[in-house]
Amino acid sequence: MKHSFLDQYSDRDSPIHRLDPRTKLVASLAFILIVVLIPIVNWQAFVIYLSLIVALLIISKLPPLYVLKRSLVIFPFVLMIAIFIPFFKSGEIAGSYNIWLWRVSISYDGLLILANVVSKAWLCILSLILLSSTTKFTELLKGLKRLGMPRMIVLILSFMYRYIFVLVDEVMRMRQARDSRNFGGARLRQLKTIGNMIGTLFIRSYERGERIYAAMLARGFDGEVRSLQRLNFKKADACFGIAFGLALASPAILLLF
Amino acid sequence: MASPLVLLLPPRLFSFYFERMDKAVEIEDLSFFYPDGRKALTDISLVVYRDENLAVIGPNGAGKSTLLLHLNGIHRGNSTIKIFGLPVEERNLKEIRRKVGLVFQDPEDQLFSPTVFDDVAFGPINMGYSEVEVKRRVAQALEWVGMSGYEQRSPHHLSVGEKKRVAIATVLALNPELLVLDEPTSNLDPRSKWSLIELLRQLPVTKIVASHDLELVKALCQRTIILDEGEIVAEGNTMSILNNIPLLRAHGLAP
Repeated sequence: MKHSFLDQYSDRDSPIHRLDPRTKLVASLAFILIVVLIPIVNWQAFVIYLSLIVALLIISKLPPLYVLKRSLVIFPFVLMIAIFIPFFKSGEIAGSYNIWLWRVSISYDGLLILANVVSKAWLCILSLILLSSTTKFTELLKGLKRLGMPRMIVLILSFMYRYIFVLVDEVMRMRQARDSRNFGGARLRQLKTIGNMIGTLFIRSYERGERIYAAMLARGFDGEVRSLQRLNFKKADACFGIAFGLALASPAILLLF
Repeated sequence: MASPLVLLLPPRLFSFYFERMDKAVEIEDLSFFYPDGRKALTDISLVVYRDENLAVIGPNGAGKSTLLLHLNGIHRGNSTIKIFGLPVEERNLKEIRRKVGLVFQDPEDQLFSPTVFDDVAFGPINMGYSEVEVKRRVAQALEWVGMSGYEQRSPHHLSVGEKKRVAIATVLALNPELLVLDEPTSNLDPRSKWSLIELLRQLPVTKIVASHDLELVKALCQRTIILDEGEIVAEGNTMSILNNIPLLRAHGLAP
């Protein structure tokens, strides 16, 4: 079965797609770090960063609706954590309401923190969507390896990428088998069936792991992860790196004046 | 498709005299127990000669796959197995694993890398070949199995027949002298199956094939052994074994 939920659109072509994965990895990491570190009161900086990321998204020719939809995934998580902050943070009161017996008040400081968390999370997720939608997963792994990520971790990630689809297929087949034998009945029984399926999946994965290890041994694997290095840093990467660095630094320069 | 390989065939002129002496595999009194104590193989003795194609047939659970896993030292039983004269021991493992190409039944297990190239290159890289050599071997192996141009594809998105071919390419990249295949035709439609058989017939290496696909056995192998409940119960010329219907019936190989 065909799946592409991990790096959809990464096989398209644009100036961003053609950049070296290392350039994009470092740029994304720098972007996230800086976005997280700058205080929210410097809101001008965030406007600049948002326009920077939007510009890059446009250059990379990703469908805007797809990017928007994907970026919304982060909100439930962020809101779950941050939605109560305005109610508990003390400070100047923005508004207070009587809800039956309780008196609930919202503080400006709390609202600021909420806005801080939400906007920073959104900017970060946008940059990660840009990274993962313009870089093939295999390229990303190579980039990580070249940047000095421990090879064992890269190997684990590459196994994840290789077998997540196999597992999804397996789950789908199990579900079909379950549904065609008329799954239903009481809620408790349903949960039990799902539990059994998860257990089966685990055992199958474990046994598959053993077979894969045997297949690796059969081809001379001795515990050391080796690979060919096949990436080249181009002039475009240098240009992009410099331009991106300048764009990241621009709010600081503006703030000086 | 396999024409470059045909040139590598050893000269057949005097092979009649030497072939019998040139042993690819020598197994003496091999027994093996599963971790839970069940007996998997009992007193297996077997000699496979160079350039021979041997079929190991038998019902499900007869121990075929377990026997194959002994041939490159993934399982080790109680006896010494010799591969091209080399005993299967820790210090010979690397050499033996280069000489013995083991193709697993489920290509989903054999192909564990994110791209076809990485997978075919896995063995040669582990053997420490140079980058140029690795690329040459990958290109050649993929050409032999008719899968050139698939280098950057993800193994997951290939058809079963294509996966089988790439799985064979992953071991051919090491130039094995003995090709060991576990159920090579399982899950294949007839057309893919026969094109795979044709491919295997053209590879000039010693082959051991475990299967219960008797059409494959008839088309590929001169000699056949029947394995049932971990024991060799019959051995001989493929045609004489396949024509012995009562024998096949007794071991679950004929209706």
